[in-house]
Amino acid sequence: MRFRLIATLAVVTMVVVFAVTGRISTLVLGNWVAALLTLSIFSFLYKDNPVYKFAEHIFIGISAGYFVALEYWNVFVPNLWNPLMEGFRNVDLTVLFRLGGVPIGLPTFPGMELLIPFALGILLFTRFFPRAAWLSRWSIAAMIGSYAGLAIIGALQGDLIAQIRANMIPFYVSGSWAAVGSAQGGGDIFFAFLEALRNPLIVIGLLATLVYFFFSREHKGGLGAVSRLGIWFLMISFGASFGYTVMSRVSLLIGRLYFLLSDWLGIIQ
Amino acid sequence: MGQDRPDRNLLVKLSRIDRRILFVIIFVCVIVPLLMEARMEMSVTAPVLGLYEAVEGLEPGSYVWLAADYDPGSMPELYPMNVALVEHLFEKDIRVISGSLWAPGPPLAQRVFEDLAPKYGKAYGKDYVNLGFKEGREAVMISVAEDLRRAFPEDYYGAPLDSIPMLEGIRNLRDLEMIVAVSAGYPGIKEWIMQIATRYETVIGGGVTAVTGPEMYPYIQSGQLVGLLAGMKGAAEYEQLVRRPGLGISGMVAQSSVHVMVVVFIVFANIVYFLEKRRAE
Amino acid sequence: MKNEIPVAIAFVAGMLMVVSLFVPHPYVAEPAAITRSWAIIITAFAYVLGVANIARISVHSVRNRSTDWEYKAALVVALFAMAGLGIAGGIRSGGAFDWAYLNMYVPMQATMFSLLAFYIASAAYRAFRARSVEATLLLVTAAVVMLGRVPVGEKIWPGLPAFTEWVMEVPNMAAKRGIMIGAALGAISTGLKMILGIERSYLGGE
Repeated sequence: MRFRLIATLAVVTMVVVFAVTGRISTLVLGNWVAALLTLSIFSFLYKDNPVYKFAEHIFIGISAGYFVALEYWNVFVPNLWNPLMEGFRNVDLTVLFRLGGVPIGLPTFPGMELLIPFALGILLFTRFFPRAAWLSRWSIAAMIGSYAGLAIIGALQGDLIAQIRANMIPFYVSGSWAAVGSAQGGGDIFFAFLEALRNPLIVIGLLATLVYFFFSREHKGGLGAVSRLGIWFLMISFGASFGYTVMSRVSLLIGRLYFLLSDWLGIIQ
Repeated sequence: MGQDRPDRNLLVKLSRIDRRILFVIIFVCVIVPLLMEARMEMSVTAPVLGLYEAVEGLEPGSYVWLAADYDPGSMPELYPMNVALVEHLFEKDIRVISGSLWAPGPPLAQRVFEDLAPKYGKAYGKDYVNLGFKEGREAVMISVAEDLRRAFPEDYYGAPLDSIPMLEGIRNLRDLEMIVAVSAGYPGIKEWIMQIATRYETVIGGGVTAVTGPEMYPYIQSGQLVGLLAGMKGAAEYEQLVRRPGLGISGMVAQSSVHVMVVVFIVFANIVYFLEKRRAE
Repeated sequence: MKNEIPVAIAFVAGMLMVVSLFVPHPYVAEPAAITRSWAIIITAFAYVLGVANIARISVHSVRNRSTDWEYKAALVVALFAMAGLGIAGGIRSGGAFDWAYLNMYVPMQATMFSLLAFYIASAAYRAFRARSVEATLLLVTAAVVMLGRVPVGEKIWPGLPAFTEWVMEVPNMAAKRGIMIGAALGAISTGLKMILGIERSYLGGE
């Protein structure tokens, strides 16, 4: 294992040197690195192996390092560091009182309040020290409180009120049933019938699903029957979700193989 | 009786087939259409048409917020959408402000802009701008809706927003016509709808991975979402509408063949299951 | 006081967010905006905390030469190399950080997810059985949607895309809306419990 590690490090160093000195085009090198890492991950399909494990750990390391760099440049520097540095250049004395003509006060500067989130952010790291870990609760509470509040208003407006209002639709739409009567041909009659059932099914479906989620009473008798209907609507929605999930995963596979065939091997345009 | 045993062994073997054989079948179903570079025409669904018509209805010179809330893991589905949407927006001379709530989003959005801007003669800072990534999820959304500069003091390149010509007079979302959100998950289009659509009466449309597609339909029906592209198929339909074929359309034959194969798997496996059950009884 | 102050902080932050929806007056809107911008900064630190934890555990593993320590060493090297490249060299396109992002992070993440296509197809064959009415309903809907959502579905039956769209817009939508309303009620009640200090599990133990 140690020999393999040293050999790998030697190869990587050589490649980096060649790339930096221009002996290998970074574009070609990039495609090869990407392709080899792709194939390393795909090797897991055969079985778990050291090549896959190595690629997996490199991936975790790179992801973590990537997020740190991004948080630094996208949040820490523009939202915290720059305003504080700008403020430090304009420090002033806020006079609280005078003692025998001498002003006694506190140094203040614009953006000084940012020291509070800065301090709370630093306090998060007290989690690494068991004795001081309780201090991190202040920071966590600030985050949790804010996001709990945002979750409440988001769920209230976007999901609860708006969705209930959107379901208050006419159960019976006479025009749609007339269309069933006047439709010509099997296909047209079928789709006209589905259209006529749209509103009733949406109303019944939502109510039946909500009845299913009502667990304060046993689902027996009439309640049980409506709850069963709710389960059927749920099963249809889960089937639809499964179909879409398959579509999503397959698209990702297509994307990867497309890269291997076009960017790496150049077989397709 | 003696005849049943070989049949039952066959049924048992078929129901417990080595999954690597299934992997190879799926691999072949994808690679063959890609190598053949096969294409297929398709009809356009209502949610995709809804988004297309919403963008078509925008006046030239109006502003749109393009939320690039995705990462490389969802590129095959969402990158073609990003491309097709920006093609459409640039073609209509709409000014695009891109911001991301996902850290990997900005470079992907920037790549789209850099590929398409020369084709449409668009200039950074005048016709489009990339504000980069901001941590904070829903908090950033509301900040953007109230005061853009508070959420994004600088753009992707570190330039203060006040130095960017096209952002003069743009204070918050109310100065924009529409939000187009390309989302891979949380935070994404759902949170834009929950936090912004009702409270700030904003028109929202966008694209999602196919996994999230089904749960977006209540928002379409309620009018909170003006249109939606779901998955690679949604991207392909939009590419067809804007007449710019890309990866979406390229992948449709491979997508079709795998879907058919998965349905065949389900049907075949259930036939084997019922036969096995009957044999056991 | 170890719990009371955090609970008070959560209360103030949460109530500011909720009240700001109903009261647009600057006396509420301004503190709410400040709270939001502070939450953004603290969340960024939380991300770094998570990464620091990964680094700490991995370095510990390497020092003690525990199982797979060589892989953990590679993880630590990759972490510090990437973070160092980004912080020192910047994150803009054209640099080493950008190269590593495009040629290492992007392909590996995309490939990790694309593995799922194989596993979902394998699961469809080996596990999905129509054992009951509900399971049959699920499988039939899945088959209809999978075929209706690709161009080949139109070739099988021209009405399939329209029928699939109806399934998505009517029964699927009704059930998803029910789930959404139930989840919204749950989110509101849990959020209120956290803000009011009834739910304190997020503070952790003593």
